[in-house]
Amino acid sequence: MFGITAYGAYIPRTRLSKAAIADANDWFDPSLRGLAKGERSVCNWDEDTITMAVEAGQDCLSTLDAGSVNTLYLASTTLPFLDRQNSVVVSQALNLGDQLRTMDVAASQRAGTSALISMLESGASGSGNALLVASEHRRSKCGSRAEMLWGDGAAALGVGAEEVIAEYLGSETYVTDFVDHYRGEDSTLDYEWEERWIRDEGYMKSVPQAVSRLLEKTGVKTADIAHFVLASDQAKTPAAVAKKMGISAEALVDNHIGSVGVSGVAHPILLLAAALEKAAAGDLILVTGFGQGTDAVLFRATDKIKDKQPKTGFAGALARRREDANYNRFLSFNNLVEREVGKRGETDKQSYLAAMYRRKDLLTGFVGGQCRSCGTIQIPKENYCVNPECGELDSQDDYPMSAVQGRVKTWTADRLTFDWNPPAYFGLVEFEGGGRLMMDFTEVEPGSIDTGVPVSMHFRIRQFDNQRGFRKYFWKATPVQQ
Amino acid sequence: MASGIKDKVAILGMGCSKFGERWDTSPADLMVEAFEEGLADAGIDKNQIQMAWFGAGIDAFNVGSSAMPLSIALRLPNIPATKVENMCATGTEAFRGAVYAVASGACDIALALGVEKLKDVGYGGLPQRTRGVENDMYWPNLSAPGAFAQLASGYRAKHGVDKADLKRAMAHVSVKSHANGAKNPKAHLQREITEEQAINAPYIAEPIGLFDCCGVSDGAACAIVTTPEIAKRLGKADLVSVKALQLAVSNGEEAGFKTWDGSHIKTTRIAAQRAYDEAGIRKPREEISMTEVHDCFSITELVTMEDLQLSDEGQAVRDVLNGDFDADGRIPCQIDGGLKCFGHPIGASGMRMIYENYLQFQGRAGDRQLKDPRLALNHNLGGFPHQNICSISIIGRYE
Repeated sequence: MFGITAYGAYIPRTRLSKAAIADANDWFDPSLRGLAKGERSVCNWDEDTITMAVEAGQDCLSTLDAGSVNTLYLASTTLPFLDRQNSVVVSQALNLGDQLRTMDVAASQRAGTSALISMLESGASGSGNALLVASEHRRSKCGSRAEMLWGDGAAALGVGAEEVIAEYLGSETYVTDFVDHYRGEDSTLDYEWEERWIRDEGYMKSVPQAVSRLLEKTGVKTADIAHFVLASDQAKTPAAVAKKMGISAEALVDNHIGSVGVSGVAHPILLLAAALEKAAAGDLILVTGFGQGTDAVLFRATDKIKDKQPKTGFAGALARRREDANYNRFLSFNNLVEREVGKRGETDKQSYLAAMYRRKDLLTGFVGGQCRSCGTIQIPKENYCVNPECGELDSQDDYPMSAVQGRVKTWTADRLTFDWNPPAYFGLVEFEGGGRLMMDFTEVEPGSIDTGVPVSMHFRIRQFDNQRGFRKYFWKATPVQQ
Repeated sequence: MASGIKDKVAILGMGCSKFGERWDTSPADLMVEAFEEGLADAGIDKNQIQMAWFGAGIDAFNVGSSAMPLSIALRLPNIPATKVENMCATGTEAFRGAVYAVASGACDIALALGVEKLKDVGYGGLPQRTRGVENDMYWPNLSAPGAFAQLASGYRAKHGVDKADLKRAMAHVSVKSHANGAKNPKAHLQREITEEQAINAPYIAEPIGLFDCCGVSDGAACAIVTTPEIAKRLGKADLVSVKALQLAVSNGEEAGFKTWDGSHIKTTRIAAQRAYDEAGIRKPREEISMTEVHDCFSITELVTMEDLQLSDEGQAVRDVLNGDFDADGRIPCQIDGGLKCFGHPIGASGMRMIYENYLQFQGRAGDRQLKDPRLALNHNLGGFPHQNICSISIIGRYE
C-alpha cells in the first residue's frame, strides 16, 4: 500500500477581524462590508512561508519519524528566496540531516497538489517517507477583495508505504493556460480578472474535466466521494462545482473563509488535513488543486486513520487563536505602509554569510552541546564545557534542543530597543534537562510571562536586512499555554 | 604572594568636566576641560607626565580607536599612551593602567583620562551598536534597561518580593540620588524628584521606568597618579591613596550554566571580596565611609548593596527604604548624584567616582561634604547581569 502516512497543520495565531478591514476601507469600496464576516489568519511580523513550513512540518513529524524522511518538497508562491533553496532551510530547521532530496515547487496555486502528485507517482523508494510542506504568506493590496478573503497558513503531508492512513488511488491533471490572476517577476502583488468569468470558464469547466477523467480511470462514482477538497475564495463556487459533478453537499470540505481565509498553495493541503482529521476508515477523499488547469487526487482512508492524529492538527491550529482588530498593525507587518522605525531601527543589519554558515547548527537547527565528560547540556556549543567543575575541551556532542521545553528564569518587556511589535519581550530561558540561553520571546500577551512560565521553541525571522534583501532566522520562545 | 596595590600609589591631581548634554563641546574639548583642572590641581607641568592610559567606551560614536585622540587633544609629548575599553568599567580600567605603571616603577607620574561623547547619536539612551558578528545573529536586541530590568524579575522570584514593594525601593534609590545631584554643580541632572514621580513614570523596560535610568551624558574625568613619596616631595599633604583595584569578568557561567539565580551580580561579589582583602578591610559596613556604585538603573544599585555585603541578602529593599544609603544614612551612596544624576559618560564614569572620593577626603565637596570620610568604595559594572565586567576601586586617606 502507498499513500499518505502523516499530516500536520499550522495557522498563524493572529486572526484579524474582517470588520476592522471593512471599517478602514469601505469609504473607498462599500462592497467590502458584505465580505466582512469573521476573521482571517495573519502572519506575525516574524513569520513567513519558511517559518510556517517549519511549524507544519514539526506537527507532521509528531506522528512520523524524522529519521525516515528522505525527501522534502516545499510548495509555495511566496517563497522568501528566489535563489536559495527554501526547502533546505526548512529541512535544516527540522533537523532532517544532510542526506535527502529537497525541492521548491512554485508558480501556481496548484503547486501543492502538483508536488503531491509527483511524490505519489514516483512511488515507494525503500522504507522512507517523503515530506510535502505547502506554505503561503499571501500578500494583497490594501482595501482589496483579496485582503478580505485570503489568509496565511501551512500544511504538511508524509507520503510513504508504511503505516499508510490514506491509500493513493490515482490522480489526473487537466492543463490549460487559464490566467485568472498572475504575478510577474517584477511585481509583489497579484493582478486578477473578473470573478464571474473565473467561475464560469475556470472552476466550472476545469475541475469537472480533471475529476471526471480521474473517476473514470479509478472506477469511482462521484456519489461515493465522502470528502471533496476544492480551495476557492469564491464562497459559493465549490458547492456549485460539486453539484454539477454529483458530489454531495455534505462531502464538500469547508474553505474556512470566515475563520482562516484562503491560504493559496497551502489551502488544498490544509483542507486535506482537515478532511483526514474527520475521515473514517474507507472514506473516499478527492482533492483538487486549481490553477492553469486542475489537479485531482483520490485517496481512501485506511483503518489506521484514527491512530495518527498529529499533536496540533487542523482543528488544533484553528482553535489556537488570538483576535486582533488592529488593521494598521497588519499593514505594518506586511510592508503595506512606510513605517517610522526610529533611529534604533536604522542600524545596519549586514548578513555575514560565512559566519552564518559556520553557526548554522545553532541558528537553523537550534543544536546545543552535551558534554561527554560530565553530561552538562549547553547552548551554544562552545570549545570548553561551561560546567566550572568540568571545563573539558572539545567534549561536547551535538544536542538538538528545538523540541525541548524551557522555563523563564528572568525577563522584561523592553520599550527602548527596536522591535516590529513593541515592547520586545526577552529573557533567560532555562531548558528541561539543562542549558540556558538569553533569547527573544514572541507572541507574548501582556501578563503571560513571568519567572517559571513554561516556554516552547519556534523558528522565526530574527531580523530583516532590507538594504541587501536578506532575512535571518533564529529560534524564539513562546509561552506553552498559548 | 602578591602584596597588592594598597598605599603604593597616591593621587597627585584630578579633574572632571561638567557632565551633561554638552551639544557644543567636542570630545577633545571635554578632555581638555578635565585635563586642565587635573594638571592645575597636581601643580605639575604637562611634560612631567611620563605615560598615559586613555578610556573610551563606544568607539563608533566617540573618538575612534587607539590612544591617538588623547595624545593629539592634549598635545602630549609623544609619551607611551594606551587606549583601554572594558564597557562601563572602562574609566576604572584606565585608572588601573596608570596606577600599575607607577606601582611597577616603570614611570613616576602617569595620567589616566576617560571621555565619552554620547550625545552626538541623535536619540535618547545609549547608542545602538553591534555586539559582534556572531552574537548579533542570535542575541535579543536587548537594550541596557532591558538587560538590567531582568535583575528585578530574578530578585522578586528569589526573595518573594512584591512587585510594588520593589518598585517603591527602586524609586527611593532614585529620589535619593536626585537629592544629592541637586547639590552638585557639575552634575547632569540637578533637580529633585518625588517618589510618586519615579513610580508613575512610563516604563522603559518593565519594571524600569524613566526615573530608574541614569543620565546619558557627555563628559570626561582624569587622574594624575604618582608614588606617595614623590607626591610628598612635590609638596602635597593629606594624601589620598589607592587601597584596592579589582576586576572580575564573567566567563559565561551565569548565562550558560545552572547555578546563577538571576537575582544578583556574581562578579560584584567576587570583585568585592578581592578588594576588601587587598585593602585589608574585614568589616566593610563599619569601615567604608561612602560608596559610588554603578547605578545605571535603580535596581542595579539596590542589588549591589547586597553584593558588596553592605546589606544582608534579601534585605536591600528594607535597608534602602530605611534610608541607610541616603546622604545622612549609615553608608551614603552616590553623594555626588551617581550615574543617575552626575551622569554616565561611559569612559569617564569610574574616574568620576574617584574624583568625588578625592574631593570628599580633601574637604572640597561643598554642600554635599560628608563628615570625616576615611575609605570610599567605587563600583562599575559593564555589560549585562548575565555576563559582565565588574571593577571595584577602594580609595582612602594615606595614613
